[in-house]
Amino acid sequence: MSISIHSIHKHFGSYSALEDISLEIPNGSLTALLGPSGSGKTTLLRIVAGLEFPDEGAGIIRFHGQNVSNIPVVKRGVGFVFQHYALFRHMTVAQNIAFGLTVLPKKHRPSRGEIRSRVNELLDLVKLEGLAKRRPDQLSGGQRQRVALARALAIRPKVLLLDEPFGALDAQVRKELRRWLRQFHDEIGLTTLFVTHDQEEALELADQVVVMRNARIEQVGKPQDVYDHPRSPFVYEFLGNVNKVQRHGSEPQYVRPHEIEVLFAAEYEPATDQLARVTHLFSAGPVASLTVRLPDGYFLDVQLSRKQLDELALGIGDEVAVRMRIHGAA
Amino acid sequence: MKGNSVTSESHAVRFILITCTMCFLALFLFLPLAAVFAEALRKGWELFFASLHEEVALSAIKLTLITAAISVIANTIFGVSASWLITKFSFRGRSLLLTLIDLPFAVSPIIAGLVWIFLFGSKGWFGPWLTEHQIQIIFALPGIIIATLFVTFPFVARELIPLMESQSNDQEEAAITLGASGWQVFLRVTLPNIKWGLLYGILLCNARAMGEFGAVSVVSGHIRGKTNTLPLHIEVLYNEYQFSAAFACATLLALLALVTLGLKSLVEGIQKSETKDRNPLH
Amino acid sequence: MPKRRVIPGFGLTLGFTISYLSLIILIPLAALFIKAAGLSWSEWIEILGSRRVIAAAELTFGASFAAAIISTLFGLLVTWVLVRYRFPGRRLLDAMVDLPFALPTAVAGITLTTIYAPNGWIGEFLGHWGIRSSYSPLGVVIALTFIGFPFVVRTLQPVMDELGKEIEEAAATLGANRWIIFYRVILPLLLPALTTGFTLAFARAIGEYGSVIFISGNLPMKTEILPLLIVSQLEQLKYSAAAVIASSMLIISFLLLFLINLLQHQLNWQKH
Repeated sequence: MSISIHSIHKHFGSYSALEDISLEIPNGSLTALLGPSGSGKTTLLRIVAGLEFPDEGAGIIRFHGQNVSNIPVVKRGVGFVFQHYALFRHMTVAQNIAFGLTVLPKKHRPSRGEIRSRVNELLDLVKLEGLAKRRPDQLSGGQRQRVALARALAIRPKVLLLDEPFGALDAQVRKELRRWLRQFHDEIGLTTLFVTHDQEEALELADQVVVMRNARIEQVGKPQDVYDHPRSPFVYEFLGNVNKVQRHGSEPQYVRPHEIEVLFAAEYEPATDQLARVTHLFSAGPVASLTVRLPDGYFLDVQLSRKQLDELALGIGDEVAVRMRIHGAA
Repeated sequence: MKGNSVTSESHAVRFILITCTMCFLALFLFLPLAAVFAEALRKGWELFFASLHEEVALSAIKLTLITAAISVIANTIFGVSASWLITKFSFRGRSLLLTLIDLPFAVSPIIAGLVWIFLFGSKGWFGPWLTEHQIQIIFALPGIIIATLFVTFPFVARELIPLMESQSNDQEEAAITLGASGWQVFLRVTLPNIKWGLLYGILLCNARAMGEFGAVSVVSGHIRGKTNTLPLHIEVLYNEYQFSAAFACATLLALLALVTLGLKSLVEGIQKSETKDRNPLH
Repeated sequence: MPKRRVIPGFGLTLGFTISYLSLIILIPLAALFIKAAGLSWSEWIEILGSRRVIAAAELTFGASFAAAIISTLFGLLVTWVLVRYRFPGRRLLDAMVDLPFALPTAVAGITLTTIYAPNGWIGEFLGHWGIRSSYSPLGVVIALTFIGFPFVVRTLQPVMDELGKEIEEAAATLGANRWIIFYRVILPLLLPALTTGFTLAFARAIGEYGSVIFISGNLPMKTEILPLLIVSQLEQLKYSAAAVIASSMLIISFLLLFLINLLQHQLNWQKH
């Protein structure tokens, strides 16, 4: 189901959390709301869920064309996975997953047998077979996350909303779960919106990235587009992995580490190159990185292949020529 | 406010619940409190002050103050010692010790008085020896004090133990690496961190010591002007139908309770703002 | 090999704590139990089986149980309102909940008696309905509720504070309405604390003396509670009977305390 957000405003007292937000989320897509803390991304997610309400008189949320703004969260039918999972710790995994089905009014409630088979199906889906009888405190972080996901999916939600889905996990588990979630999304094809402050996560995982800042949407696009064509200095810097060069009185210029070419000092061409000195070398793995210092004091991070580095045979203190593709702020 | 409706009740339900709570608390807390003062002043201020100025009343007040002072000091020293032992070290029998410290909470005040009769009463273990040496414990000041010690035993320790348990030992360890002695560590590192909890424990201990009735009534012998503490004096007056005088004395204890509660809120307020200062995230 | 400890004071505090504990609590309690243990089984049975003791035990445990139940219900209501709602006077009410802890029991006793006596503020009102609130078992329950409900509030409050709204929001997104959220999510999470609060109120009520003896009227077989019975045995110099009744009460109280610890253990287990 597509989600259409139209002209949402939200104030908490005098603090403005969202200002005139409009956004289209295509059916079946995996969309990331990306931004620093305080940018309003979680508030937007909670408004879509019906856990918060936009300011009176403004804003419409539509699921597949249907206006859901006045449908309370209890009836809105969204699957919401909380940052800290919010599992019911007095219930087993199976009871947690079944909760949404057991609270349905009698005439809509599936039979016990149906509920049991739905729970087993979901346990299979999130790869937690055999853990049905455990309690949340007997599970690892990653397992809890998947129980929360299964619980949200049990009610066959119209859309799936995840608040910082990997925020509370270790780096290693995070990577694994990220890959798994992408696969999982492709299997079930449910329109999914997730909040993150981690640009790498957003770029790697999402079909569409929404960059937010100070209660507003800064840029929307495919990860590749947003990365290659940032529309503002903020997006440039927030997506990270960029060298910022700001000379006195001029506009800041940006260059990504892999867009810098390193040559022998002997190959220096004054028209395009700058001379620089190597101050730091790091070459574990296929990609090597080095830091060079320009004559005017700027440091640049450079990425190149291990092979290139070996050919250059550089050491700390060596002089090199750097050639870069400079971008202004678009 | 629409925004609160997700995790809160409707206005009507809220209103009903708040009203029920107010009625319950009014009936059970405020009404009795008001009654103490109303009854005390029923026959005018003159009688009120006269009842407090009576010689037996004054001696009861004096006895209460002495008892409370000794109990508070002794149990504070014990409380600090026990909580240091329990929170700074791990040793066998630690959890048994914790349970034993809680024990007096589960003992009826009457029993807390009774046990001393079996030790020091005329037919108790040490009774004959005490009579021989003409030492009186039961029906005298020492009996009142030890009975009060029993009932107020856990108050300071019970406040300090959870507080000190929530604070790790690293500040103390840091002080030791810097060359501080044990006393210096306690006075300059631990004490400043627990002072409000300690004060709160002392307040509760004091309120209970001054107000203890059951345990003291068993061992005091009710000798007017001699072994009657303030609560016992109130009982005597009440049983003699001198209601206004009884309530006049009761106002002193009710004021003590109010001051204790006021100080408690104050201490809690300070504690809260201090923890807020320390970690701005909360 | 003795364990090496970095922080000083182990020997000193261990020595002092154990000695003080023994002198003030353990030896006196032992004196009571040894006195009681010196009696034969038949003497025990004779004392505990007497009609007056049975009547007093029935009243003590019955009224304490009733009061603990009432305390739990109202304690839950009061805590809910204090934790969840903001309204004028909330902080005053919060502070006042501790009044029964701080108010000496004798003062509570004579005050409640005055209010609930036939010519008292509430007693007169209840009298119109034919309800006798003082010098009756109802009076005992009233006094014990006054003593007991702060235990429930103070046990529940931190647990309810920590619940957090996320868990309720999660239940709401899954389609649960307020009522279902309350009894399927919140209540089960509060249950260990409620049980602990109930047990504390119950244990305290069993031993309570000062606040009860004025309002109860102390009629043997009718409104006499166990602690008062002990006192009257003592006044008649029946030391053995006093020791047996006191020991039995203590054993029951200790069992309750043991139960609390077990529950708290479970509560902590659930938290991690």
